Amino acid sequence: MAETLLSVRHLCTRFETERGGFLAVDDVSFDIQRGETFALLGESGCGKSVTSLSIMRLLPEPAGRIVGGQVLLDGVDLLGLPELAMRRVRGNRIAMIFQEPMTSLNPVLSVGDQIAEVVILHRRLRGRAARSAVLELLEAVGIPDPERRYGEFPHQLSGGMKQRVMIAMALAGEPDLLIADEPTTALDVTIQAQVLDLLAELQRWRDMAMLLITHDLGVVAGMADRVAVMYAGQIVEQAPRRSFFAEPRHPYSRKLFQSLPDMHKRDRPLTVIPGTVPALDRPFRACRFAERCELAWQDCREQAPQWHAEGDGGVRCHLYDRLLSSRRPLHAAAAQPVTSEYTQREAPPAGGRLLEVEELKVHFPIQKGLFKRTVGHVHAVDGVSLRIDKGATVALVGESGCGKTTFGKAILQLIRPTAGRVVLEGTDLTRLRGEALRRRRSDFQIIFQDPFSSMNPRMRVEEIIQEGMVTLGLERDPQRRAQRVAELLQQVGLPVEARARYPHEFSGGQRQRICIARALAVRPKLLVCDEPTSALDISVQAQILNLLKDLQRELGLSYLFITHNLSVVGYLADQVAVMYLGRIVEHGRVAEVLNRPAHPYTEALLSAVPAVDADGRREVIRLEGDLPSPAAPPAGCHFHTRCPRAMPVCRERYPPVTELAGGHRVRCFLYGEG
Amino acid sequence: MTTVLEEIVGPDTLAYWRGLKPVLLWTDVLVFLLVGVLVICIWYARRREHLRAPWRQVFARPLAMAAAVVMSCFVVVGLLDSVHFREPLQPQGGQDGGQQQEVFHAVEVLSLLDLLLRPLKEQVEKTYSAPFATHLYAKETLELPDGTRVRDYPRLVYGGAHLEDPSERTADVLQRSLAGLATGLGWWLLFALLWVALLAYRHHRPFGSQLRQVLAGRTVLPWRVMLGVLALVFMAVAWAVELAPLYHIFGTDKVGQDVFYQTLKSVRTALVIGTLTTLVMLPFAVLLGLMAGYFRGWVDDVIQYLYTTLNSIPGVLLIASAVLMLQVYIDTHPEMFETAAERADMRLLFLCIILGVTSWTTLCRLLRGEALKLHGVDYVQAAVAFGVPHFRILSRHLLPNVMHIVLITVVLDFSGLVLAEAILSYVGVGVDPSMHSWGNMINGARLEMAREPMVWWSLLAAFVFMFLLVLAANLLADAVRDAFDPRTRDAAAGRES
Repeated sequence: MAETLLSVRHLCTRFETERGGFLAVDDVSFDIQRGETFALLGESGCGKSVTSLSIMRLLPEPAGRIVGGQVLLDGVDLLGLPELAMRRVRGNRIAMIFQEPMTSLNPVLSVGDQIAEVVILHRRLRGRAARSAVLELLEAVGIPDPERRYGEFPHQLSGGMKQRVMIAMALAGEPDLLIADEPTTALDVTIQAQVLDLLAELQRWRDMAMLLITHDLGVVAGMADRVAVMYAGQIVEQAPRRSFFAEPRHPYSRKLFQSLPDMHKRDRPLTVIPGTVPALDRPFRACRFAERCELAWQDCREQAPQWHAEGDGGVRCHLYDRLLSSRRPLHAAAAQPVTSEYTQREAPPAGGRLLEVEELKVHFPIQKGLFKRTVGHVHAVDGVSLRIDKGATVALVGESGCGKTTFGKAILQLIRPTAGRVVLEGTDLTRLRGEALRRRRSDFQIIFQDPFSSMNPRMRVEEIIQEGMVTLGLERDPQRRAQRVAELLQQVGLPVEARARYPHEFSGGQRQRICIARALAVRPKLLVCDEPTSALDISVQAQILNLLKDLQRELGLSYLFITHNLSVVGYLADQVAVMYLGRIVEHGRVAEVLNRPAHPYTEALLSAVPAVDADGRREVIRLEGDLPSPAAPPAGCHFHTRCPRAMPVCRERYPPVTELAGGHRVRCFLYGEG
Repeated sequence: MTTVLEEIVGPDTLAYWRGLKPVLLWTDVLVFLLVGVLVICIWYARRREHLRAPWRQVFARPLAMAAAVVMSCFVVVGLLDSVHFREPLQPQGGQDGGQQQEVFHAVEVLSLLDLLLRPLKEQVEKTYSAPFATHLYAKETLELPDGTRVRDYPRLVYGGAHLEDPSERTADVLQRSLAGLATGLGWWLLFALLWVALLAYRHHRPFGSQLRQVLAGRTVLPWRVMLGVLALVFMAVAWAVELAPLYHIFGTDKVGQDVFYQTLKSVRTALVIGTLTTLVMLPFAVLLGLMAGYFRGWVDDVIQYLYTTLNSIPGVLLIASAVLMLQVYIDTHPEMFETAAERADMRLLFLCIILGVTSWTTLCRLLRGEALKLHGVDYVQAAVAFGVPHFRILSRHLLPNVMHIVLITVVLDFSGLVLAEAILSYVGVGVDPSMHSWGNMINGARLEMAREPMVWWSLLAAFVFMFLLVLAANLLADAVRDAFDPRTRDAAAGRES
């Protein structure tokens, strides 16, 4: 059965830019057997997508060029085929699904026609036969009511549905190999679980091989048979899943595991990989990971490591070279990371109340027609109450579209709430206007999700950080202000020289540090962190989380941490509130909510998070369908349409708050009436 | 100080310059204001890498570099023509000696360009003559020395007057052309060597290797192209300097004025229309566009209604009525204008303003869309979270990030406005008829196209110059758009590499 389908041998892909060329993929080799899932794991910019594009020969010409190696599909070298023959391979033998379902579908064609195009091209079916083949495919990827969906357009489908349509298109040619490039990164956890399940099922059913490209260790754990880790254009480790998760070999792989946040690590800083992934446009002579590796010794900085094959895998590291590792100085082995222990913090600090939100509502009018008549409201935030203590972290968890970002902005009065109160240290912010509000603005600040759009590209770092101080009149003396900027930069771990540069000169993680410095400049008491790490790589995420935790300890900040990532919640938060369709459905201490979830939605969310361990496959509570529209929420409990434990009463009215033990509150009839 | 100057230029010249009375026309003020602003902008942009980089990309394109050289030649002519003054009249009744006499100045307003082109300006023939002609284009009754009268083409007063025998003309023209071209080449060689030496000094390279770099076209900016185009410019200028005083190289018009002189004088009009109009329109478009996009709500509604209304009135109608009203006003208030030039200038300025008022809507609409997009961007939200006042957000966060759109529109509009002037003058609502402009030249030549034999040179001269200017502006605009538009920037960068 173990028959090699695709064999990539010493693949090298070169990119030419203004500043000269570089090898984006450098000597990459791997085999994929028929019917297996091979995962290519790596952080952004490590060359994993370029590898997949090279296999498909879809590199952006003429900037990208394959300069060496072979890609053998059933023994035929794809790199030697003429373009005409290659076109038959694409779709028929190898199909691909992309990360962004929003932009991969043509918005002016109905989804049925788009799938039919592939069917007609590759299976040479016509008319009625083609249509029934498309309906079969839609059925196969779990799209309900395929007859109706056939004629719908991409904008009428949700993100998860679009990704299913993409999968259906990929399957239409009945390929032997499916390349899935971050297939679920743009999706919510519950939808991600659905799509991953679907992929696994289809693969078993069709005996199709899959090349899964991802940065998510959890997805790898749940899906892959074998794993290859890429770093800076090279494969540094390759192993079967079980042994990879049991005992990662390469120092980089080990670090990746250690830098994952999780609840059990909350009393100590996360292990971080210092620095960032090196830019590829410089010559490498030594090990590419050496400067970030704490196990590195002299040899690592002088010569490039060879590939050491071991059983079913291998590793590219001097540690596994008998001759070289014998030369490794002993004291280096003892150089363990200096981890400062956090004092155990059982109860949240009793600093008193900082922020109290009462029945906050944000409704957006839906306007139609010539005279902009209001025909309805989007209930983005619909009666949320929340309390944040001084020095505490409250996490707000929910899927995209549940209103959590709107809630954050409403607290900051960036969006004016429709009703309710936001009381910060005794002042109701919703009543403040103009100058009075402006004077309070130094007390609460925000950190945004996307570090690339959150800074004005035309301003220097210094100007960016100073802006708040200048506006709020905190530091009027220019010299003192400059000094404060220097302090802030040091505080967030950036060199003082950064002040004179522009944002585009920094990496994502560094930009996020600048954003934190900007917010801290006005000495806020409350920081609203709107998914501050979700655009970052795992290793950088750990750095930022550590920084946030350090700052909280030093400055006594309170955080409202908005996220969809439950492992981050476990690591960072004291309290957690789960939001569904504009309302908080469960609220309590982190340990309570994550270990003993009460609401069925929380249960489903938790079960959908892919676990990072060797036997990652475990029982997932599958939620049917997508998040309903907040413009027309379902009657009764908003969750009843997707709830596996819905009762008749759920359809009638919204459940009241039920207090469970230890301040754990939930809105569900499962607990209320009992 | 004065004595030094006197020694250099001679006492007579100095006295002449002292006697001049400077005249500051409105458009002159605005033109020099614009130049000043540009100089400040360049100085500002030089120190900021994110502004320098796209400009470097613009000039790294050979075609754009060539266009820029051509454009700057036009600009030099236009600027020379923007320094105005009046000459003193010779005091009548002889020198009284010692007695201070009031000096009167001529009514005619001259510019530096007029001084340079004085021979062309003053060598006026009777009527039409073809380029390089020695005889008039119309027959006249001539009286021969022996008293007989014949009807023939008379010799020109100035054109080819140095020739004993008109049949020597072709040989003379050829010979002088060669001499002119050779002189131009010589000057160019001198300039090119100096330029390369300057480059070598700046890059700390030996002269020889710098020269090889330039010749092989391996420099970052395409100096080879620049020098090549300059060679053509130098040769053309030297050729004109050699020939224009002796012949009417573009012929003469109906009243015998030199067409070449008219064409050069028209450059300023075109440049003023192309640049001042945008200057007039920018504040409207930028402020209203950004405000509409940023504040939204009723502000947006009002501004949108304003520009959609303005946009639906035919532009020519608006311009024609405004210009005619202005003309009536000028005619009924002659005491307000000291000279004819000031009157013509006022009309030019108002033409710029009215063109600007009718053409700001496009840019305004573009900016509104961009500001709508930027309003939701995180860094604007962050500024709001700091309580930054609205107009600070508009000027610090929105404006710098839409500047590329403004720049692209301004450069693209320039050529359109130059052409618009020609069309409006043709319709009769353009610049003052006494003002030199390509539109007026075309308008004047249009009737003569029908006559036999045809008078074609006015039209052709205006056409060639206008074509050169507009083509250069368009090529430059293309490069500017590619370098500044974020959507094409990456693609362009890929191609340049």
